[in-house]
Amino acid sequence: MIKVENLSKKFDGKLAVDQISFEVGVGETMVLLGTSGCGKTTTLRMINRLIEPDGGSVYIDQENVGGQQPELLRRRIGYVLQNHGLFPHYTVLENMSVVPKLLEWDKEKIRNRSMELLDKLKLDSTLGKQYPSALSGGQQQRVGLARALMADPPILLMDEPFGALDNITRADIRREFTELDELAKKTIILVTHDIQEAFEMGDKICLMDKGKVMQYGTPEELLFKPQSAFVASFLKEHKLLLELKFLKMGGHTAWELLEQLELGKLKEILFTLEG
Amino acid sequence: MEESQSLGQFMVQQSGKLFSQTLTHISLTLLSMVFAIAIAVPLGIWIARRRRFSGPVLGFAGILQTIPSIALLGIMIPFLGIGPKPAILALFLYALLPVIRNTYTGITGVDPVVVDAAKGMGMSNWQILIKVELPLAFPVLMAGIRTATVINVGVATLAAYIAAGGLGEFIFGGIALNNSNMILAGAIPAALLAVMLDFLLSRVQQLSLKRVRMVYLILPFLFVLLCSFYFLPSKIGGRMLAGFTPEFMGRQDGYIGLKEVYKLKIETVVISDAVKYKAAYEGKLDVIDGYSTDGRLKAFDLVTLKDDQHIFPPYYAAPVVRQAVLKKYPELEMVLNKLSGLLNDEEMTRLNYDVDKLKQSPEKVASDFLSAHHLLQPALPGGKGIIRIGSKVFGEQYILAQMYKMLIRGYSHLDVETKTGLGGTQICFDALKNDQIDLYPEYTGTGLLVILHPSPSVLNGIPKDKDAVFNYVKKEFNHQFNLTWLKPIGFNNSYALMMRRKQAANLNIKSITDLVHHLNEN
Ligand SMILES: Nc1ncnc2c1ncn2[C@@H]1O[C@H](COP(=O)(O)OP(=O)(O)OP(=O)(O)O)[C@@H](O)[C@H]1O
Ligand SMILES: [Mg+2]
Repeated sequence: MIKVENLSKKFDGKLAVDQISFEVGVGETMVLLGTSGCGKTTTLRMINRLIEPDGGSVYIDQENVGGQQPELLRRRIGYVLQNHGLFPHYTVLENMSVVPKLLEWDKEKIRNRSMELLDKLKLDSTLGKQYPSALSGGQQQRVGLARALMADPPILLMDEPFGALDNITRADIRREFTELDELAKKTIILVTHDIQEAFEMGDKICLMDKGKVMQYGTPEELLFKPQSAFVASFLKEHKLLLELKFLKMGGHTAWELLEQLELGKLKEILFTLEG
Repeated sequence: MEESQSLGQFMVQQSGKLFSQTLTHISLTLLSMVFAIAIAVPLGIWIARRRRFSGPVLGFAGILQTIPSIALLGIMIPFLGIGPKPAILALFLYALLPVIRNTYTGITGVDPVVVDAAKGMGMSNWQILIKVELPLAFPVLMAGIRTATVINVGVATLAAYIAAGGLGEFIFGGIALNNSNMILAGAIPAALLAVMLDFLLSRVQQLSLKRVRMVYLILPFLFVLLCSFYFLPSKIGGRMLAGFTPEFMGRQDGYIGLKEVYKLKIETVVISDAVKYKAAYEGKLDVIDGYSTDGRLKAFDLVTLKDDQHIFPPYYAAPVVRQAVLKKYPELEMVLNKLSGLLNDEEMTRLNYDVDKLKQSPEKVASDFLSAHHLLQPALPGGKGIIRIGSKVFGEQYILAQMYKMLIRGYSHLDVETKTGLGGTQICFDALKNDQIDLYPEYTGTGLLVILHPSPSVLNGIPKDKDAVFNYVKKEFNHQFNLTWLKPIGFNNSYALMMRRKQAANLNIKSITDLVHHLNEN
């Protein structure tokens, strides 16, 4: 559904993105992974034409985005910014209504959809009238996502949506997000530099370095068949944990078995204490 | 005379004028702001988009603001004439910088992430501007508008200088007439106006722009525009127009006397001394008040009208000297009297012209004149004592002070110290009274009306002729202050009405009575 071909971008004569290609199927979640400054954001922003590429092209449903009017294109693509990018002078509800208003939805429809999403994202409906500055970081991030989901776009671009959160909140919200039905059927490109996050959320991972694709494939492929020393060393620190999560044993991952093991042990201890 | 009247009484008595001046003042301020906002906001937005133009644009607006207001108004007279038009243009130019700068700062200060988000949502450039950038920049932008408005309430007082009306008429009239009630009657409403507008705009500033429909922002604009045109001084018709200084307007021996004695009925506007000659020269005014020996009379080819009913008291110049000095150095009187009778009106006008217009130094003009009259002597050895000569701040007084200096050095063994530029009459007189200076040239009319200011009954008892006034001030100064008026120099620098030489000749107007006849016939 999204196809990127030989995409390049130069800033001040320096290549920030260098001949990148990948394809993302309908309903898939693709993660752009890499260290800071490797060109993830630049790649993402070339897809909704916030940045014009210097070379290569982007196709959505076989249609070259280069030939489309940028504003119309962007209204069909949900976009969650690196630092939530909520409008400080708009309330939560007003922030959420931005795209629907551009699409000229009627008030009733906007209201219903807002309520539905606030509920799904576990945001109290009283927050609707608050300004972003009154929200916690986690709440702001949810509103940012809600705003991107309002018009139910088939494609969602997310730039480090959990970047600003502490580790625990981050893991929680991430889990909630993966369980959202709204997200299940969407084609998502998600940018992160967090390896855990990439492996947890991605159907496919595109590992980048210095503007180039180092490896593109499923998490298992990256983990068990690294194409280069770079990929292997990039994943080294998290390797054990990830392998446990991805190693399949009779329908269960090793991680799940371990968890169950622990639970059983806990039960045993509890029983002996009662007895 | 007005001292006994309270400020409240004055304001009540003048309430009609006060009200119309206030309205004019508001109109001038708001109208210029409306134009300034209409130009400066888009310009500020434009330079925020094209940053490389921000330097030149802000720099240019900054330069505009450094032009002294009077100079700016003077420059515009040939193009725009006098009245509200040049005043509004000047105010408009002054308001540009704060509004452009704050619009620019406001827009460039919007978090780029937020603008990026707006773009990412699919807003067009115009939508981003209206829905995101302007609302977020609004408080900063409004701060600029507030600053400019408050500045303009102040600068608009200067509109009175070029016949555009406003509260400046009271303020400058009051300053000229040394009438503090009049000053305050203009200054207090002006200050209140500034505070009030600032407060109102601070309320607007707190509005959230996204809640306000554009219409509600534009409507007051149009409202102000329409109202203002209504309240501005109406367009001046084809008849003769007189421009008088605020001081002249308020004086018994000025416009009031013209109305009472001559029954003069002419359309008048209030204008400053600095621009009235030029305005008359350019044909924007037909009649102005002025001093009969002013060098600009010659520079702008104007003629004085004869005061055939003698309403302007004579202003013969003569040195006023401390008696103690005359006693100590008896030769001084003879030396100072060498000038007496030497300079008539025309001669003095020419000397003033040389200084004011041809920019010759007062020293040179003085020495040329003295040598032409064989009075310039090489300085004698000094050492006998020092004579301190004072003068007010204008060319004629500088010239006279220089002449006295050269005469004293040439004909006595006294040394001279000049203390020129002692501001106005009151400062010179106080300096003399308090032994800070020994002499300065004063005018009989000024001595009578400004320093002695006798009660109206006494004043009416003094005939308005040269000798009567001179004798009266001589006697009173001697009596009250131990100061001596020496013999008059000869010229009479009194108030006069003046017209363009050509127009006066065409209409055959030689005296004020001729002017009144002409006006009554047409
Ligand atoms: N507008 C720009 N002008 C100049 N250089 C830029 C611009 N945007 C990005 N770059 C450069 O391009 C390179 C890639 O930037 P990009 O923002 O895509 O990195 P990233 O992978 O998203 O990094 P991070 O994880 O820190 O967000 C960086 O070296 C950055 O400095
Ligand atoms: Mg980035």
